[in-house]
Amino acid sequence: MISTTAKKQIDNWIAKYPTDRKSSAVMEALKIVQAENENSLTPEAIQAVADYLDMPGISVAEVATFYENYNHRPVGKHTIRFCHNISCMLNGSDDLIAHLEKKLGVKTGEVTKDGLINVKKVECLGACVGAPMFQIGDQYYENLTADKIDEIVDGLK
Amino acid sequence: MNEVCFKTLDQKDPWSLKTYEANGGYSVWRKILKGEFTPEQIIDELKTSGLRGRGGAGFPTGLKWSFMPRNADMQKYVVCNSDEGEPGTCKDRDILRYNPHSVIEGMAIGGFVMNATKGYNYIRGEFMEPFYRFEGALKEAYAEGLLGENLYDSSVSFDLYTHLGAGAYICGEETALLESLEGKKGQPRFKPPFPANVGLFGMPTTINNTESFASVPDILAKGGQWFADIGVENSGGCKLFSVTGHVNEPANFEVPMGTSFKDLLEMAGGVREGHTLKAVIPGGSSTPVLTAEAAMAMTMDYDGIEKAGSMLGAGSVIIMDDSTCMVETLTRLAHFYYDESCGQCTPCREGTGWLYRVLKRIMDGNGKADDIDLLMGVQDKIMGNTICALGDAAAMPVESFLRNFRKEFEYYIEHGKSMVKG
Repeated sequence: MISTTAKKQIDNWIAKYPTDRKSSAVMEALKIVQAENENSLTPEAIQAVADYLDMPGISVAEVATFYENYNHRPVGKHTIRFCHNISCMLNGSDDLIAHLEKKLGVKTGEVTKDGLINVKKVECLGACVGAPMFQIGDQYYENLTADKIDEIVDGLK
Repeated sequence: MNEVCFKTLDQKDPWSLKTYEANGGYSVWRKILKGEFTPEQIIDELKTSGLRGRGGAGFPTGLKWSFMPRNADMQKYVVCNSDEGEPGTCKDRDILRYNPHSVIEGMAIGGFVMNATKGYNYIRGEFMEPFYRFEGALKEAYAEGLLGENLYDSSVSFDLYTHLGAGAYICGEETALLESLEGKKGQPRFKPPFPANVGLFGMPTTINNTESFASVPDILAKGGQWFADIGVENSGGCKLFSVTGHVNEPANFEVPMGTSFKDLLEMAGGVREGHTLKAVIPGGSSTPVLTAEAAMAMTMDYDGIEKAGSMLGAGSVIIMDDSTCMVETLTRLAHFYYDESCGQCTPCREGTGWLYRVLKRIMDGNGKADDIDLLMGVQDKIMGNTICALGDAAAMPVESFLRNFRKEFEYYIEHGKSMVKG
């Protein structure tokens, strides 16, 4: 369930904490395993993380369902995480989200038919001076306009 | 402007060790390693400087550091709170991206003062660019022998690690952050015991905001009095303000405490063309909203903003012009707290849901005549009745929006549409 590469990555995180505190690495372990499994977590994946970190399955499930960065159903290859909080809202994020939904032919929460993209409205991403903005993968895209969104989305493969 | 946390901003590779050291960086840390500073001296300088916690609570940093049982025979920890996520706040992101070494040096100094040999910087999970920048800086500092054990053959050791969040505003609350660092749900702990006694992994721990740590090296290099004199009474030094919303040039500005709001607004290019100022949230979404009149008369320091009727918070100044529907804005903020409540305390878990649903029903044109009283009642029942400050943070905007812009809410309820947008 967890590849050798993933285990190595998880071990790097475990090394940051006291030896009897492996569970501190659970948040990253879940992210690493999620990335390996088409960006979502199955109960089996959660249990595999629990086994690897010597944690009760329920403790890992609690973490996996508490934090927003984990998915529990299939998502697109790329998730566009669109901030809709105050500074972005004041700068027109609602209209841009509507534009994006129309362009992709999906509502927020849905995945495009080709499985490539899903859009998620998220709370403040802490880049308010660049509002409106969204995140794809590790990257922030700021000062968005409809044209800029088209260009970014058209470049997703 | 940009004198302390942002001082490398306009230089080549502002985040590099080379640039940091060319600006006097690590001079304090190197003095400490040569035995030229005592913990007591540092705490005294910090007290003199008037540095108060930059994350929002404003607690004096020197005093906080003095609470640690530095001689207790157990592992102690220093933790940096880079879980920035309060709507309107985006200053720590830029410190991490452009001046990561100031945070490292500040944390290392904290470690020396509190006899804590290990530190963690908790960075929000979405901040990957800042995370890689900070990791890069850590690598440089280790390679230079500035971090590790028995540094430069002294008795001083300090190891520093990063930890990433996974999307939960509540982890910016210090005890929730500790829970999260231990690999649990981020639900705040009851205090007491305070983290200085029982913190990370049950050990004495001090948690400070990114900007607080980043301010420490310069304070000690130039003296507490130097920093105090930049600001005004009760608000020492300079502070980062994130000016966002309806301004021409939204940006972060590091300016002296006590700067007038009017000047700060001008730095951000003023209100958008063809519009006038309507309202200002001066310290992040949790702080009470102010009318334009109250804001224009305000100075940007702890007492100045309190006098105007709000709080300095994290210095997140959200500007709203005359096109803003206050009902819509409050509904969005209420959704935030509803989404981010950790669910531990009933008044917050249920109350934030009530606030959002009642506001949503007003927005949907189904508002009832007594909804304003209902909102006031719910926020009052949350206020002061929860373990952490998220409950209060959800309640305060409601009270202040209804107090300052009540007519708009009444209009929306009566007409089923916005007074501003129609």
